[in-house]
Parts: sequence; structure tokens; C-alpha cells
Amino acid sequence: MPNLTPELEAERVRIQGYAKGAGLDCFETIFEMVSYDQINQFAAYGGFPVRYPHWRFGMEYEHLSKSYEYGLSKIYEMVINNDPCYAYLMEGNLMMDQKLVMAHVFGHCDFFKNNVWFAKTNRKMMDAMANHATRIRRYMDRYGVDIVEDFIDKCLSLENLIDRYAPYNENPQGGRGSTSSESSDKPFLLRYEKEYMRNYINPPEFVAEQKRKLAESAARDQKFPPRPERDVLKFLMSFAPLQEWQQDVLSIIRDEAYYFAPQGMTKTMNEGWASYWHTTLMTTKILNDSEVIDYADHHSGTVAMHPQSYNPYKVGIELFRDIEMRWNKGQFGREWEECDDVNERRVWDKKLMLGKEKIFEVRKIYNDVTFVDEFFTEDFCIRNKLFVYKFNKKTQQFEIDTRDFKAIKAKLLFHMTNFGQPIIRVEDANFENRGEMLLSHMWEGIDLQPDFMNETLKNVYALWTRPVNLTTVMDKEGQLVRYDGQEVKMIKIGPETHLPAGEGDDGGDSGN
Amino acid sequence: MPIKEDQGRFRAIIKGRIKENFRKYVSQGEMIGKRENEFVKIPIPQIDIPNFRYGPKQKGGVGQGEGKPGDSVGDPGDGQGQAGDQSGEHMLEAELTIDELAEILGEALELPRIEPKGTKNVETTKNKYSGLSPVGPEGLRHFRSSYKRALKRYITSGMYDPEDPIVVPIRRDFQYRTFKTVSKPMTRAVIIYMMDVSGSMGDEQKEIVRLESFWINAWLKKHYKGLESRFIIHDAAAKEVDEDTFFRTSESGGTLISSAYKLAQEMIEKEYPPAEWNIYPFHFSDGDNWSGEDTRLCIRIIRDFFLQNCNVFCYGQVESKYGSGQFLKDLQKDFPNDERIILSQIENRDKILDSIKAFLGKGK
Repeated sequence: MPNLTPELEAERVRIQGYAKGAGLDCFETIFEMVSYDQINQFAAYGGFPVRYPHWRFGMEYEHLSKSYEYGLSKIYEMVINNDPCYAYLMEGNLMMDQKLVMAHVFGHCDFFKNNVWFAKTNRKMMDAMANHATRIRRYMDRYGVDIVEDFIDKCLSLENLIDRYAPYNENPQGGRGSTSSESSDKPFLLRYEKEYMRNYINPPEFVAEQKRKLAESAARDQKFPPRPERDVLKFLMSFAPLQEWQQDVLSIIRDEAYYFAPQGMTKTMNEGWASYWHTTLMTTKILNDSEVIDYADHHSGTVAMHPQSYNPYKVGIELFRDIEMRWNKGQFGREWEECDDVNERRVWDKKLMLGKEKIFEVRKIYNDVTFVDEFFTEDFCIRNKLFVYKFNKKTQQFEIDTRDFKAIKAKLLFHMTNFGQPIIRVEDANFENRGEMLLSHMWEGIDLQPDFMNETLKNVYALWTRPVNLTTVMDKEGQLVRYDGQEVKMIKIGPETHLPAGEGDDGGDSGN
Repeated sequence: MPIKEDQGRFRAIIKGRIKENFRKYVSQGEMIGKRENEFVKIPIPQIDIPNFRYGPKQKGGVGQGEGKPGDSVGDPGDGQGQAGDQSGEHMLEAELTIDELAEILGEALELPRIEPKGTKNVETTKNKYSGLSPVGPEGLRHFRSSYKRALKRYITSGMYDPEDPIVVPIRRDFQYRTFKTVSKPMTRAVIIYMMDVSGSMGDEQKEIVRLESFWINAWLKKHYKGLESRFIIHDAAAKEVDEDTFFRTSESGGTLISSAYKLAQEMIEKEYPPAEWNIYPFHFSDGDNWSGEDTRLCIRIIRDFFLQNCNVFCYGQVESKYGSGQFLKDLQKDFPNDERIILSQIENRDKILDSIKAFLGKGK
């Protein structure tokens, strides 16, 4: 429950007022003051006070506490997408830090509430997480900790195999497909001239035999699932031979994965938006003179550029600022796009002052992919000194590959699509007519990591209980990877069979 | 806190049940630090749940900053992290002292504290000014306690007047500092690094030795305040060099391991009486020796000299393309189950940790 000091509470009210005045529209936001140990715990739990028992939370906690102890990292802020929004402040931070965090949190909170990609998330996730914990504890009591935990491990291994767009799809793929192929139920019969000859030429046994064959081939033809399914978790939940508790555990893992998915889909925007607002509010309203240096220090750390990683705070805030500037000056639309006079572009200012309006619109309807696709311009790219790096086998190190705008944009979009994870689909649940599962990896220029792939296939097998196959590409060769419960085998297949058409040229290997 | 249960469970898994996963990670952990001023990575055991993911080396990514194509960007590490929470984590580079690093290393590898050889500790004496006496030179007069005694005398004899608080000391009020002679056990230690620099030891092999000796130094320094390090390189002949040369020299030609052992023996006999010193000879080579005869000589020196006079004798064999690795096998044959000699095979960088643990894990 809120336990802010009167001083902080006064600041909270003040900053909330500024946020509201600036147009931010938040859920009720509850701040809680916690110790570093508690914040590490909450962070390990993904921000929630209660999660189901699992060692990986313990691992996360150990990592966070160790790196805090060693002085490697420190969590300043955490906020949960929930109604009301919960956010944590850490004891012992500077007053300036606390104010900054509050301003930042109101940015996130507004984003959670208004961005359309969060519209379908469960706003009572706090309760749902507690509920999940209770259910899993109950299963552990009944079936044993090890058994349930092992099963959770397997589910987590497949956690990323969800369809991030499914919640927004009005017509999700139905259950066991529609039985559409009712076309020709006439079996193949031998020709006869005279009606009285019929039973001689086509005796009833023969007709029955033909009917059976027809039904068989129809069944074979009817592929299942009718269209490839990206929500592998849901598919397994519905069709794998699971016990009831296993099905429930799987559904818990899936629900949580879907809850966190929009945060992955909007990381750059969300952090950019929150950073935009903390700077705006801090520098125009909140800071007092004595805090300016500390603030500048902290803020510059948050938005620092790193040669070997992409900082969503930095790119996000700069993009929002760029959009605001462009819409203020009217640097958009056909006239702007068609103008290629450098000098004219430099002084272009139609004084439209539409910037604020535009960024609020952007925060509402975009996600990272569309955000970057639309607003990441060449000017911006050069100004922000972005580049693509890649691994050089000769020198055994990561090197700057290119500063070519197209390659950078393609790479960024690639990392944002499916949040930088390979896309895997269920192609056939009755592969080779043997009840085996066929998955396909939509290869887009980058191979899967082989050892992880093998282990993950084993986990799919554990749920499906029949051999599991995966088509992918390894070292430029099409491969069918098969796990039959004993060993993993790789079978070469023609390169053309399972390469997705037209999806491969996204710059994964550009510059060769 | 339930998180402690999860943590306990995680640790239990690491320690036993899924041990292989743990080892796999630690080897990836690359905790090895470079020299001063350079970045240091610290390992924390981790279990990776497998999932379909892209291979890291092919991946690459987008970075920001100065530089032109071809410039190195450093190691991107684990990439951009998971979706998960919206926590604003601010990563800092660790600025740790070598001592702290050694502490972390010790914790990570569960190295025991080293017990210095008990009977061989030298007693050093030191004068410590800790007492007071009524006589002494004026230079050592202790003002505060002299004044206090005088004041006490004034008060008890009723001479003290708060209105006019003048206190005049007399002879027997004066106090002087005196010293006591304390004897202090002192532990001294010397590490003698020996390395094969013959043609078959390549740069990678030497880098492994360099990294490993850095950590051994750091750990032993924690336990011995007066730690000395000596460096011997050898091919067919041995010579003493300074640290820099030790890691840079590359010779060609044959290998007579005994030459180094003889030189070390000489050094110990001359400068480090075993009664006063904790002695740690470390020898690194790729396991090739000139002849079986020389190997027999080496074994004789180890048995008759090193094992008698040193805390422990450590031999680390670095895998190389050219080395036969015979020397390790010979030592294993001749010293089965001998606690005083520690042998370790270092196939590649990933095995450095195991090797350090082998060398220092016995607390000798």
C-alpha cells in the first residue's frame, strides 16, 4: 500500500498535476516505496508481487541482487501495466531520482492506457498472476513439485511460440477446421452397359473397398491445421494429449506470454514516450536549481548511445522529438517528400505547430514496427549515428558493417518483427500420415542456434508425444530436423521447398 | 519471502540436479578479466531454458556511435534482453579492485581459504607504542594523561578551584609513552611461474597462461601480503625474465623441461628458504618434452625437491596443435593420488576456470 513520505507524496501530487496538465491520461497510479531487496524481488517476478513458484525467478533474483551488490546495475523504476497502475520507488535514491522516476512512470502509464496494442491486455493482471500462483501451487501439492516444475520448464521453452497479432484478429482460426471437402462422395466404379450387369461388374465388396479408399485419401488430403498456425502453444493446448492440469499450466504460461507481448512490441515507443515526458516535465516544471547537475547525469546515462547495443530509450525519445519537430514545422506530406533542395529543406518551417497533437496520435495507434517503418528517416538515421554491426569470422569480433540507411532500417525492423525471435508455425499435425508434428521455421536469412533448436524440439516432443519435425535452413541448405524420441536427425531437403517466398530479402545478410 | 524459495531451488539445481546446464553456462561466462583499466566480466551461474532462437554470431544488430565500417564494436553480450518487465535497468561497468575480483572469483569457484604452512611462519618483531610509564624522554611525554593525573591530584587534595582552574603538574604526574615489543607471525609466499616458450606454444596458448596466472596471482595475493612472483621461461634452456617478457617471448626449438626445474630449484635454494616461505611453483607447457630421459629427470626433481619444499606443485597443460601432451600422462603415472602435486589440463579458454579451481581448490 502507498507508503510515501509526506514530502514524496506532495511531489507525487504535484507531478501528477503536471502530467495531467500536459495531456497525459493515466490509470490511477499507486507508488510504493520499497527496499533494494524488494525491488530486486519484484523485478525478478516481472514486476509483480506474487508469481507461481519457479526457479527461474530465483535465478533472476540472484542475478539482480549480485549485480546490485557488485555495483553493476541498479533498478530505478518499475511499473506494471494494470488498472490501477503500480509503480515502485527505491529507498535511498536521491529526491531528484524519485521525481524523475515518477515523471517517467506517468509516461508509461499513459502509454499502457492509451496505446491500442495494450487494449486487449488484462488490466487486472495483478490478480490474475496471484490466481496463477495459487493454481500452480495446488498442482504442485497434488502432483509433486518436480513433476509440475519439469512441465513448466518445457512450456517455458515454447513460451515464445505465440502469435503476437492473434489478440487483434477478429476471426482467429477455429478449432478442428471446417469439414469443407464434401465434394465427390462417388467412389470410382467400373463402367457397365446394362443395369442387370451392375452387381456383377461392381460387386458390393468392390464398391465398399473403393469407398473406403476414397475416404482415406480425402482424410489424407485434408490437412490439419488447414492453415499454418503460429500460436503453437494454443495448438498444443487444444490438441496435444495433455492431462487437465497440464493443459491448465500451459494456458497459464500462454496467458502470461500474451500479457507481456505488447511490452515487447512497443519497447522503443514506450521507453521513448516515458523518457520524452520525464525530460519535458523535469526540465520545464519539476527540477529545482540544485538538482540540475544530478538530473543531467542520470538522464544522460539513460539515453547514452552504445556501440554494441541498441538503446530503445535513446532512439525512442529522439524519434518522438523528431516527429514533434517535423509536425511543428510542417516537414511532412507530399510537398516535403518531393523537395530535394537541401537548403530549402533545412529552413522548412510552415509553423503548423501540429507536433504535440501528432505525437499523442502516434503513441495511440503505432507499435515499434510501424513506428520505425514510418518515422525512421534517413536524416534521423544520420543524425543519430546509427550503424549495423555484424560478426566477422576472420577477426572473431563484432565490427561495424555499414552505415547504409536501408540496411540499418531493415535490421531494426527485423529485430522488432516478432521481437527478434524466429517465427515457427505448425504446418501439419499429421505429418506423413503418422500423427507426427511438422513445424516450419520461416527462415529469413538467419539460422537457428542448433543446440537450442534440438533441445526445444525435444520439449515439443514431450508435449506432443509423437515424433516432431522442423523444416529450417542451416548453412544455406534446407533441412528437416526430426526428433523421434531417441535422437535428433537432420535430413537435407531441397532448398526451394521450405523457403518462404519473398520474405528472405530483409537485409539479414546484406552487405556481402 | 517466496523468492528465497525460488532462489534456493535455483541454487539446488545448479549444485546438483541439472549440473550439466550449469557447467555449460559457466564456460560461456568468460569471467576472465583483462589487466588493469580493462573491462572485467563476472560470471553468475545461469541456466538457459532452450527455445528457438537465432544463433548469436550470425545475428549482429544495430548500434550507435562513432566509427567507420570495419571498426570493432566490442562484444554485444546477451543482446537486447527479454520482453518482460518495463524496468529501467542502468548497466554500469564494474570498477572493481583486483582484491574484490579475487573475492568474487573465490566465491564463484568456492575456493577455500589458504592455510599458510603453520610451522614455517616466521616470527617478526615490531615495536608498538601502546603503554605508558612514569619515566621516559620528554619527547614522548603524553600530555593528556599527564594533565589528567595532575587534575585528579588537585581535586582529591581539594586544591582545585573552578574559578581559577590552574593546574600545575609535578614530577609524579608525568606520563610517557612506552613501546612494547610484539611478535607477529608473518607469512611470505613466492610464486614461480615457469612456461614453455618453445615453437609449439602459440599465442592462444600463451594467452591462456596469462589469464590463468593473472587470477592465480590475484587469489594468492589475497592471502599473502608479501607475495612475490618470479618468472622463468624455457625452451631447451631456461632463464629468468620479468613479467612482460614472460608473456611476450616466443622462442623456437626444442624443449627441456628439466632446465626450468633446475633453475627454479636453484632459485629456491638461494633465495627462498622453505622454512620461511610458502612456495608455489606453477609450470605451464603443451606437454612436449625432448626425451623420456629428461622427463625422468624432471620427475626426480619434482619428487626429491619440489614436493619436499613447496606447498604444492602445479602443472597446467595447455592444449596445442603440435604438442603430444605426453608430459601430463607421465606425471599422472608417476604421481597417482599425490595430494602435493596438482595436474590440470586446459583445453581452451573455457577450461581456465576449471583449472584454477583444480589448482587452488585444495586450499594449500
